[in-house]
Amino acid sequence: MQININVNGSDHSLDVEPRRLLVDAIRSDLGLKGTHIGCDTTSCGACTVLVDGTPVKSCTMFAVQADGSSVTTVEGLKGADGLSAVQQGFAAEHGLQCGFCTPGMMLVSTALLEENPDPSEDDIRWAISGNICRCTGYVNIVKAVQWAAAAARNGGEEG
Amino acid sequence: MYPPVFEYQAPDTLEGALAALAELGDEGRVLAGGQSLIPMMKLRLAAPSHLVDINRIGELSYVRRENGSLCIGALARHNDVVGSAEAKASGVVSSAAPWISDPLVRNRGTVCGSVAHCDPEGDWNSVMLAARADVIAQSSAGSRSIGIDDFIVSFFTNALEPGEMVTGVCIPIPSGPSGGAYMKLERKIGDYATVGVATQLELASNGTIAQAGIGLTAVNYQNTRASAAEDLLRGETPSDELFAEAGAAAAAASDPQTDVRGDAEWKRNVVAVYTRRGLAKALASATS
Repeated sequence: MQININVNGSDHSLDVEPRRLLVDAIRSDLGLKGTHIGCDTTSCGACTVLVDGTPVKSCTMFAVQADGSSVTTVEGLKGADGLSAVQQGFAAEHGLQCGFCTPGMMLVSTALLEENPDPSEDDIRWAISGNICRCTGYVNIVKAVQWAAAAARNGGEEG
Repeated sequence: MYPPVFEYQAPDTLEGALAALAELGDEGRVLAGGQSLIPMMKLRLAAPSHLVDINRIGELSYVRRENGSLCIGALARHNDVVGSAEAKASGVVSSAAPWISDPLVRNRGTVCGSVAHCDPEGDWNSVMLAARADVIAQSSAGSRSIGIDDFIVSFFTNALEPGEMVTGVCIPIPSGPSGGAYMKLERKIGDYATVGVATQLELASNGTIAQAGIGLTAVNYQNTRASAAEDLLRGETPSDELFAEAGAAAAAASDPQTDVRGDAEWKRNVVAVYTRRGLAKALASATS
């Protein structure tokens, strides 16, 4: 089937089988390897992308279902001014160890801050609760999101 | 992992979906949120030859009050219920919504999809039992309302006929003071319930219990109404002792399996405790 999706601001037309998973269309057809495949069973959140702004597990959605949608992957977080506040926060607070879950973590955090610019620690832990990190114990991930929230509130200055 | 090959269509009207299902009969399967169906297809536990994707049928995406009921359309996501002011009319529904899986699954998965799935470890059917909900089934021939007790036939088996789909679920809002709660024990966010108990109480003007609803998750081969416990409560004056008796009766209606989440005897105890606590919460909100 022919589908049209906008990924990170660029329009793409793809010919996919209906059973093609969105994550594979992103990784293999478009070559964007920042979206990771962790469990492949809807459990870990490593494959999180934003579909029309909403975080979803791209291993549990068919690419044909994204026809006409806008998809944001980790490669799309960086703006014209450089890394986004969330990306800077993960760097500043060392919100990662192995980095495998990080793209998903940054995408759910971006969606959270879009909806709630001043989240409490509980709000942050709640928002990332569908994304599993096996390294950090989540402490620095929470700090990274807090850093990003503070930076965004202070107009881009470090929080 | 890849599902077997299937044919796919995504109609943008309900009529279109019903026409497709009528033509496909047994071969057609509705794809809503896909958060259970797609994993099952990847594991080859399900292999539908045709999927009718209803995600483009905007008219099915609602959470609204209708004739004294809270009605949830087939395309309403779990998260639409979490954020819904209308859903607060049903304590047991609004209490359960944040407990469904994890935030990412809640963004995509649908309430009606879970209801139709009839997974005994799914949360919503216990809630629907406690609230005595009606499932709205439609086919190209018409629409019918199926009480939740009749809708749940067995393990992963519902009462839909070929060509029918669930288009909504309607939860009656009690006219008197009422409250409800969903109590879920899970090992981690996103895991299935080790044990889940849905409770709802409606009080008469003299403070006695006019109606009680108790639904049990993950402790039988299907979501189960704890009828004996409900019978104990109906017509009585609420008290801690009464709720403890109802808890014991609910535990007696449970036949959990020993598995990685715990042994059967312990799970039965959790049913007793969660029923008692859930009823206390339901009473507190009914009297507040």
